[in-house]
Amino acid sequence: MYALEIKGLRKTYASGLEALKGIDLQVEEGDFFALLGPNGAGKSTCIGIISGLVNKSAGEVRIFDLSIDSSFIRARSLLGSVPQEFNFNNFEPVEEILINQGGFYGVPKALARERAEHYLAQLGLWQHRRQQARRLSGGMKRRLMIGRALIHDPRLLILDEPTAGVDIELRRSMWDFLEQINDQGTTIILTTHYLEEAERMCRNVAIIDNGEIIRHSSMKNLLRQLNSEIFVLYLRDDIAEVPRLASFDNVRLLDYHSIEVEVHESRSINDLISELAALGIVVERMRNKVNRLEELFVKLTAKNDKLSLA
Amino acid sequence: MLRQFWIAYLTITRKEIYRFMRIWVQTIIPPVVMVALYFIIFGSLIGQRIGEMDGMAYMDFIMPGLVMMSIITNSYGNVVSSFYGAKYSRHIEELQVAPVPNLVIVLGFVTGGLTRGICVGIAVTLVSLLFTEFSVYNPWVVLLVAALTSCLFALAGLINAIFANSFDDITIIPTFVLTPLTYLGGIFYSIRMLPEFWQQVSLGNPILYMVNSFRYGFRGSSDIELLTALGVIGFFIALLFGICMYLLDRGIGIRQ
Ligand SMILES: Nc1ncnc2c1ncn2[C@@H]1O[C@H](COP(=O)(O)OP(=O)(O)OP(=O)(O)O)[C@@H](O)[C@H]1O
Ligand SMILES: [Mg+2]
Repeated sequence: MYALEIKGLRKTYASGLEALKGIDLQVEEGDFFALLGPNGAGKSTCIGIISGLVNKSAGEVRIFDLSIDSSFIRARSLLGSVPQEFNFNNFEPVEEILINQGGFYGVPKALARERAEHYLAQLGLWQHRRQQARRLSGGMKRRLMIGRALIHDPRLLILDEPTAGVDIELRRSMWDFLEQINDQGTTIILTTHYLEEAERMCRNVAIIDNGEIIRHSSMKNLLRQLNSEIFVLYLRDDIAEVPRLASFDNVRLLDYHSIEVEVHESRSINDLISELAALGIVVERMRNKVNRLEELFVKLTAKNDKLSLA
Repeated sequence: MLRQFWIAYLTITRKEIYRFMRIWVQTIIPPVVMVALYFIIFGSLIGQRIGEMDGMAYMDFIMPGLVMMSIITNSYGNVVSSFYGAKYSRHIEELQVAPVPNLVIVLGFVTGGLTRGICVGIAVTLVSLLFTEFSVYNPWVVLLVAALTSCLFALAGLINAIFANSFDDITIIPTFVLTPLTYLGGIFYSIRMLPEFWQQVSLGNPILYMVNSFRYGFRGSSDIELLTALGVIGFFIALLFGICMYLLDRGIGIRQ
């Protein structure tokens, strides 16, 4: 059984814009899944349909094999969602937001309070629990929405850019938190523009572009498609022009003491260093230009753009 | 499942009641002040010159209508501002993602509006005791009509909020429809004073039935037969309820 199964999902907004052009998606139970795509690709539209905020135009969505149309009560009880934009009542105290959301799901008040206290403590919001939500910082508001999505103990948690605008330290603690939730058996689907985050946490991934799924595979297989990587090399001595290397043709000068080189998978870093050494160039330090998933992502979505223009 | 829905219903209702109780200075006090002014101006100052209306002192005649007017505007206003506010700040989505049937949502908001209507009705009635001594002919009729009227206008407020796209939209209906209908609904005069033609036109105004059956509960006399009035109110409640359910099921105004 899939935690989420989508078939032929289409959405055309009233404006006539076709945001989803018939997508299929399966997410295994227990998975940590990334739904990636550039701005406007259709991620939030897709999540909106799953969670009941957007009407679909066609297609089918099943949550743990329950249709969101014919069994919407049971299907929604299994789903927790963290939307991209803040959507709580700014004037409601933090703790009340959690307890009331539990109430909407039919969680008795005492149990809701107990869970609220648990998540508020875990998410570092304990000392703010009596404050109105508008007085929280942006990062705290994001955590509040995560706590709210968990209050009814969902088996599938969907997060739409949960770490947008969250500082790096906090982002790491959020990753730990989500991994812990996932370890306890909750299936997680996440969208993000921080691809290192997806690469680090997610086992499976779908890339959506222009309302279509252009890749749907395991993270490992996806990264395998990347047959070259770009490295930035910092040189000991200044150089005036691009060094001519026999086996590396994609070399760019960044400034007088750093260059960028594309290294194909058939080549090794060793080859590169020795070719440079032969020209009397000493490499002091080096780093990947961007993370691997990011590189692949740019290639995939850029290619897709060109195809759609042609 | 029923227990789950019951908890959801209680949660919505509790939130709705807290909302207007917390801001009681804006929700309970204004109608009380307004009604006191009506009593001073129309009852004491002008009323003495008018003399009797339908066999009772003018102040006594307008009292049930004024209470009814407060109930109408407040149950309507409670739901329209709460539901539209939730749409505007998007926390309506908290309810939309939850496994809550639309019936429960409607009942929850209507109960909120009903409670505000009744609270204000009680407050206004108490204030009117300062100006007029009145007896209650049949308290059950008073309560029943007050409750039904509150429900009706809570539903109307909900429909208004569903369609509203701006804060202006939630004042248009109260200003251009509700207030005229209320003023022409026999609060300040008996429709028997009107020419035959306008009497007939007035009968098309649903508020007339509420005001009159309410007055019946206090005085035991009215322009309209009680059962007819209850029937008309019941019909409108059923109609508006049906419209609310249809709109929410289709996701009008809340789902793209
Ligand atoms: N309410 C709406 N009415 C009309 N068009 C919309 C609406 N919401 C989204 N769209 C359009 O649908 C497309 C997909 O938007 P969506 O929000 O799903 O993208 P996204 O992948 O979540 O992007 P981002 O990464 O920027 O959040 C966009 O072209 C957007 O302009
Ligand atoms: Mg989005």
